Amino acid sequence: MTDTTEKAASGAGVGAAPAVPAPAPAPRPARLWRGVTPWLFLIAPLALLVTFTYAPIVNMVAYSFTDWDGVSPELHYTGVENYTELFTRDDLFRVFFVSGYYLAASVVQIVAALYFATILSFQVRFRNFFKGVLFFPYLINGVAIGFVFLYFFQDGGTLDSVLSLFGHHSDHAWLGTPVSANVSLAGVSVWRYMGLNFVLFLGAIQSIPGELYEAAELDGANRWRQFRHIIAPGIKPVLTLTVILSVSGSLSAFEIPYIMTGGATGTETFVIQTLNLAFRFNKTGLASAAAIVLLLIILLVTWLQRRLVPDDKVDLV
Amino acid sequence: MHMYRPHLLALAAGALLLSACTGTGGASKGADAKAPDDPSKVSGTIKVLTQRTDLVQDGTMKKYAAEFRRTYPKVKVEFEALTNYETEVKIRMNTENYGDVLLIPGVIKKSDYPKFFASLGTRDERATKYRFTDFTTVDGKVYGQSPIGVTPGFVYNKRVWQEAGVTEWPTTPAEFVADLKAIKSKTDAVPYYTNFAAQWPLTSWTFVNGSVHCDTRATTKLAQGDPWAEGADLRVGDTLLYDVVRQKLVEKDPTTSNWEQSKPRLAKGEITTQWLGTWAVIQFQDAARKAGTDPDDIGFMPFPAQVDGKFCAVAGPDYNQAVNVHSENKAAARAWIDWFTDKSGYDRDNLAISPLKDAPLPEVLRPYEDAGVKLIELDDTEGARVKLIDTESEVGINAPEYRQKLVDLARGARRGTLDDFFADLGKRWTETRKNLGS
Repeated sequence: MTDTTEKAASGAGVGAAPAVPAPAPAPRPARLWRGVTPWLFLIAPLALLVTFTYAPIVNMVAYSFTDWDGVSPELHYTGVENYTELFTRDDLFRVFFVSGYYLAASVVQIVAALYFATILSFQVRFRNFFKGVLFFPYLINGVAIGFVFLYFFQDGGTLDSVLSLFGHHSDHAWLGTPVSANVSLAGVSVWRYMGLNFVLFLGAIQSIPGELYEAAELDGANRWRQFRHIIAPGIKPVLTLTVILSVSGSLSAFEIPYIMTGGATGTETFVIQTLNLAFRFNKTGLASAAAIVLLLIILLVTWLQRRLVPDDKVDLV
Repeated sequence: MHMYRPHLLALAAGALLLSACTGTGGASKGADAKAPDDPSKVSGTIKVLTQRTDLVQDGTMKKYAAEFRRTYPKVKVEFEALTNYETEVKIRMNTENYGDVLLIPGVIKKSDYPKFFASLGTRDERATKYRFTDFTTVDGKVYGQSPIGVTPGFVYNKRVWQEAGVTEWPTTPAEFVADLKAIKSKTDAVPYYTNFAAQWPLTSWTFVNGSVHCDTRATTKLAQGDPWAEGADLRVGDTLLYDVVRQKLVEKDPTTSNWEQSKPRLAKGEITTQWLGTWAVIQFQDAARKAGTDPDDIGFMPFPAQVDGKFCAVAGPDYNQAVNVHSENKAAARAWIDWFTDKSGYDRDNLAISPLKDAPLPEVLRPYEDAGVKLIELDDTEGARVKLIDTESEVGINAPEYRQKLVDLARGARRGTLDDFFADLGKRWTETRKNLGS
């Protein structure tokens, strides 16, 4: 490197400079080294990724074509039998109706997150405090949330006592009927995940240049118009991402219903069912097939959404 | 907290080795763990896997180990307590590294026992001394031994039952329901507690099997017939559960029931009855001591059914202890199992039935002896087949789901009739049974 630059410099001094010389290729070992360096940095993350993500997935695909029970040293190849069983037994797909509750809840969740993100991106008193309050639930461990809300919904628990403060003496078993239980669980899920959506939206909103608001205000646009014409188009990519995450999250809802009801009273989701197949009834093969089908469904939904809402460039100015 | 590390390793190893290991498990098939002749010559360090996290944490297991060392001075015993025993051990059993002594998890097929465990001897030789040998016998060889025997029954608060004017054990399901009604009308207590949310207590209703008709071949009947046919044991038990819930003789909101809280509440008499097992009595007595009430209030009664004027109770094994077939210290591991079963006093400490045939019944069952309750042991020859039908059909007689659905049905949170519910279960069961060939 150094000697080519020197040459170029001296050449320029002489005046009879030929065209700027192309930098001479680096010696072989150095080139090799340069090619390898980024991979050296990547060894650790790639090893982890392969060990904990891709290898198990490959294994899972392999198991989905067998009748393995999860522990026996003997397993038999059964072809697509597991997949046939999955698609011919309607009881296995009925649980997807439960996801409807979570889908509906995620609409509420996105609207609420958007509302709070918009309000808190303007000057509001105790702005940072409210941001913290809204984001906090997302930081709590899902298992802890499950237990906390079990007490919350208990007969005579927090919810009932709060309601009675307002003069409403309810005698309602919140997790008692399928509809009420699913609505309650979806409510917990909104409480938990709204903070994440909120932070994503807030970040996107704050990346919109401030002058735009000033200009809009000078033009006499009110807050709603500012939202409609500046914020909404400005955060569209993040909005699309959030919708995709919510849909896939709703289809694979798991920890809240699993911890709080264990899937009882009609709250069983597809993932809980898969888990039961694998560990309750020792049908690891069938459960692997179910897991793969869920993965494919989620990929399909994501692909459909990307087709329906293309990710065009945001151009506000 | 170091007890968590091996799990992570095991998980990682499991993920990597799953495919590599399946198919090689039979390497040391058929090994025996012979009882050592001279205790002073056995040496080595053995690792014992257990589900009793509580006993490992409070040092009780260490005390057993210290006692054990007096007889076997050269053997060092280490314990590893697993919170979620079944699932964690299942994953580890894909490797060869699953301790020296472990409890046989429910998932292992009986026919696979010789691939995973070393034999403890022949059935003929062990059955003269020990109970429950049938449950782990494959081709005449025994692969495990439960250190305690349990019998299912209702744990109840004697004081409240007496306050309601009931002094005799009910002898029919109808009488039982009537007694609970009396408790509901005469006291403030919740007559029966389902423990719906904790899930596993509901599965103990399967242990009704055998006691209704006092039939030692009840398990065989499950393998050959419809468990929910008119008059069948499971139908009688499930109908009783349904009736109790239907008549609102249970907690107001089963979905938020709480197992830990249920213990002091039963001790105080806020709850009066739960269908569990002898093993639970000591826990409720402890809860009574902590709550400042009389531990003697905790009573235990058999299922309300009589044959020839006598109650019947089924004694069955708890988890069976076994020796890892890959263990390098089989003699030491065998020594531990023998000592733990025969001499540790673990059975007495848990007020459980001793695995030794000639040992007296525990104090808890004194009322049973006085009332002449017949204690039977089920024939388990068809046990493996019942398990196979159960998982294949996804009915799950040992899983909580179907009884949760039953309770939901009874409280009106699920549509349908009881007859249809039983008919559906029976249909799934018998169809699977026929598909598997008889």
